Amino acid sequence: MIAALEVRDLVVGYAGQPVLRGIDLTVPSGVTAVVGPSGCGKTTLLRTIAGFLAPDSGTVSIAGQQVAGAHRSVPARSRGLGFVPQEGALFPHLTVAANVAFGLPRSERRGLTRARELLALVDLPDQLLDRYPRDLSGGQQQRVALARALAPRPALVLLDEPFSSLDAGLREGTGRAVVAALRSAGASALIVTHDQGEALSLADQVAVMIGGRFLQVSSPAQVYLAPADPRVASFIGHATLLPGVATTRAAATCALGALRLSRAVETGPVQIAVRAEQVQVHRAGGLGVEGVVEEVSFYGHDAAATVRLHGGERIAARIPATGVPESGVRVRVEVLGEVVAFAGESGLAARETS
Amino acid sequence: MVAGCLIATASLVPLGYVLVTTAQLGVGEAVDFLWRPRVGELLWNTVRLLIAGVAGCLLIGVAGAWVVERTDLPRRGLWHALMCAPLAVPAFVNGYGWVATNAPVQSFAGAVMVTTLSYFPFVYLPTVAAMRRLDPGVEEVATTLGHAPWRVFWAVTLPAISPAVLGGALLVGLHLLAEYGALQLLNYPTLTTAILQQYATVFNGPAATLLALVLVTFCLLLLLAEHRLRGRRPLARVGSGASRSVVRVPLGRHRVTVTVGLVLLASLSLAVPVVSLVRWLVKGTSAEVDIPRLMSAILTTLGLGAAGGLLATVLAIPVVWLAVRHRSALTTVVERSVYTASAMPGIVIGLALVTISIRVVPSLYQTVVVLLIGYVVLFLPRAVVSLRATVELIPASLDDVARSLGCRGSEVMRRVALPLALPGLAAAAALVALAVSTELTATLLLAPTGTDTLATRFWSEASSVAYGAAAPYALALVVLSIPATWLLGSLSTPGEHRDHHVVRRQR
Repeated sequence: MIAALEVRDLVVGYAGQPVLRGIDLTVPSGVTAVVGPSGCGKTTLLRTIAGFLAPDSGTVSIAGQQVAGAHRSVPARSRGLGFVPQEGALFPHLTVAANVAFGLPRSERRGLTRARELLALVDLPDQLLDRYPRDLSGGQQQRVALARALAPRPALVLLDEPFSSLDAGLREGTGRAVVAALRSAGASALIVTHDQGEALSLADQVAVMIGGRFLQVSSPAQVYLAPADPRVASFIGHATLLPGVATTRAAATCALGALRLSRAVETGPVQIAVRAEQVQVHRAGGLGVEGVVEEVSFYGHDAAATVRLHGGERIAARIPATGVPESGVRVRVEVLGEVVAFAGESGLAARETS
Repeated sequence: MVAGCLIATASLVPLGYVLVTTAQLGVGEAVDFLWRPRVGELLWNTVRLLIAGVAGCLLIGVAGAWVVERTDLPRRGLWHALMCAPLAVPAFVNGYGWVATNAPVQSFAGAVMVTTLSYFPFVYLPTVAAMRRLDPGVEEVATTLGHAPWRVFWAVTLPAISPAVLGGALLVGLHLLAEYGALQLLNYPTLTTAILQQYATVFNGPAATLLALVLVTFCLLLLLAEHRLRGRRPLARVGSGASRSVVRVPLGRHRVTVTVGLVLLASLSLAVPVVSLVRWLVKGTSAEVDIPRLMSAILTTLGLGAAGGLLATVLAIPVVWLAVRHRSALTTVVERSVYTASAMPGIVIGLALVTISIRVVPSLYQTVVVLLIGYVVLFLPRAVVSLRATVELIPASLDDVARSLGCRGSEVMRRVALPLALPGLAAAAALVALAVSTELTATLLLAPTGTDTLATRFWSEASSVAYGAAAPYALALVVLSIPATWLLGSLSTPGEHRDHHVVRRQR
């Protein structure tokens, strides 16, 4: 099967400053999320694939056809992509029907059949057809923008932070509806986001970008449970990174005591990633290392706390709603399960490339 | 791009003419001529009129816009109309109105007053439009941060609307530099009136060209100042959701003062010239009104106005598109070269075109074609300013989406940009048509023999102090200007949201 998108060795810069430093990405089908902190270059990647920016080197192929490379550059209008920018960017002077039909050939633009089909696909009522964008809510605008992108039946749709402007309540529902619509339209999608939760819950494949490079491209579970780089662990899993020493290939010690490792490393100095939900907090007494609760954020279903150990290390923990300690309280922290360790001097790798 | 460069080149022809003619004179002669007390006096007159006039227009225009758009003033629609209405009275008709009352206005103060009363709508209109587009949320935030209304205006509103205000101020400044008719009637000599006198005495003499060179220098300095002040600040609206209606500042006990001020402004800018005009119309029945002649002048004026308005607007499109969407050193040069022509007195453009058409294309000399070219060179800046304000607000992401949906550049223009810019296009066409129908000096020079417009007929009567005979033409000029003025005013009617961009949520 031909991949919907293939990016090879892509280098893109603005005014001599490299933004993307050698990107490889394959979107076989389904939804791929590119996630990373703001400014990491993910929007640049999207705009290069769309054809709004020209790469310095490397190639982009869409559905097996090379659209950007050493010898050819297909203009944005001929790439056959769907594009959903931030905020949707509906044409304010056109009705919903005309917006959706915008990219169709002239003969198909008049009839409302295709526009109706697409509104149904994105789960919006027919009554919206003759409304103007200003009459729609943010979530509706976003769905219409997707319907407009899907109307010409593209093989690949690019979405740039599509849900970031929506309020939290709308975000999840809109996200699910958008992915469902993409799947039933049979289109692959590349979603750019800075929200880890969004990336993990919506995508089949997650690509973590930091500093213009992909640090890991794999399934959501892999990225979360088996991060390939300490920075991936701390960005995606909100993991605390601690310096430690691997005593054997399967165990290490650090400020949190002796821990079992989920995958083997060379013995010697390591960096250990402890995910927040692995950290158990007990009232003083019991097992674990002593510390003081510094900060607590209560979410209802659970709470996030920061515990400072005697050595000054701050450990992030997730605590069930029923046993939330107050800040300033002495506690003991214990790590459940196995942790991931990365060989090498602690902190160095992160400082070098960030 | 090519179109933009061509248009820019055409706009630079009059400037080139001035420079080339000056160069042919030699430096020694030029310095001898310019280093004279008379020239110093003209410079001083021009500079102080420029400063006082722009300051007056800024004060009235911005204060008026704020009062109409941001306070609880009753009957805002009426006041908005009255603030736009002076556009319908050409400056030279206004000057005639004041002079014909025998009021002591033939002085510096008189010149500042009359030109300010004529030109403040150039600041008022873009300012009101920009205020309406402004997200009131930003001002609300400033209010909750404990700022008084005037402080909110100063710290938040003014910076946001400053491009519109500056554009208006530039327009006023350029007009003041090029104004001839009103200042001649007010007997206030400036560089421009002196140039005309020189031309009248010595056809195409070197002295006039040298003065024109000085004038052009002023224009360039003005452009530079505006460019510096405008900078590269992003103008896109930041915020989310639909624009809400504004919470208006209650005027309270100041309501009476403000209303009296507005009444006074309307009386000075409208009532005085109109009453004076009507008085002479009644009084002047002794001078027979030549109805067929008046009718033919009206028709000629209408035709030229429509043609000039359309032509200039169509040509403004590539210039604005380049300046907004493809901003670079070159496109800035294109945009600015278009502006340079507007500070050239009509007579310089006129004579440049006369000379060039005689030398290069004699078949065009004394034809409407050359006249229309003159109008376009002269008034393209108005079309550009007005169109630019609209086009700047079209988010670039709309272009991206259209291109990803298969549109080529021309289609993006036709299906997205032009429909969104429609209010700007209409405003541009109206502004230019209005300007053309009241243009005086270039028309005197370029109109083929026998082609009389209302302005030229009016001038030949008024300049020979035949106030009564001039009155019907003046009235016709005012009446003809009303539809275009009304259109301009209604494009920014208070309280209505014609703005299409409220859905956009720029990050």
